[in-house]
Amino acid sequence: MTRDQVAEELPNLAESKLTALVVDDSFVNQTIHQKLLNRLGIKNDVVTNGKEAVDVYCSGGNYDLILMDMDMPIMNGIQATKRLREMGIESKIAGVTTRANEGEKKEFMEAGLNDFQEKPLTISKLLSILHKLNFYVQT
Amino acid sequence: MTNIGKCMQGYLDEQFMELEELQDDANPNFVEEVSALYFKDSARLINNIDQALERGSFDFNRLDSYMHQFKGSSTSIGASKVKAECTTFREYCRAGNAEGCLRTFQQLKKEHSTLRKKLEHYFQASQ
Repeated sequence: MTRDQVAEELPNLAESKLTALVVDDSFVNQTIHQKLLNRLGIKNDVVTNGKEAVDVYCSGGNYDLILMDMDMPIMNGIQATKRLREMGIESKIAGVTTRANEGEKKEFMEAGLNDFQEKPLTISKLLSILHKLNFYVQT
Repeated sequence: MTNIGKCMQGYLDEQFMELEELQDDANPNFVEEVSALYFKDSARLINNIDQALERGSFDFNRLDSYMHQFKGSSTSIGASKVKAECTTFREYCRAGNAEGCLRTFQQLKKEHSTLRKKLEHYFQASQ
């Protein structure tokens, strides 16, 4: 999808000043997810595990959207999502993982996700997340 | 497939094309950079798995964990043949089949090496 096509799809996205946090221990996935977010004009930061994500929020950080991987060392995505919700964090959290069986998906959703997408993440899937979480205003 | 052509067929799937779509003036070498990250990461995982297998005692949970990571990054770059071998290896882990793991890992390393050479050639040709 080109920038012009994205702009047509979400005309107000560029003005929305959305921010996102990528939580993933894989450098490959971090790079791809950041590029996807950059393509949509979403300012973003990266951390490498759930504990770092929690620490960012404890230090006063805040993001509109968190892209949360499930399997990470130190603190995984389920633990981090539960912890953030216990802290009262209301950021939208989208789980992004290769684990797709219904039981694992259910457990991740029940931790406090707002949406779930199976990896690999693509522009279409990211747009689907943004649509579902009402991150744009349709004209 | 875009410019990948017949030599890559079967080795890379539509996810690689998705990555090529993300390449732009701001990041003209994006796909090559992601590929380099993948091969650096996968070399580490191959080394970890090699060492675990050489020890002789098969910790299937640990092996499965390494292979889960390997499968994840292979999926992200569109490395379909490598991904398929990762899946097979994990099935052998779940079955506790050491011989199957060893055999599959040798095949995985072959596919990985072939992919690496093909991509190196592909990036050189596209410059």
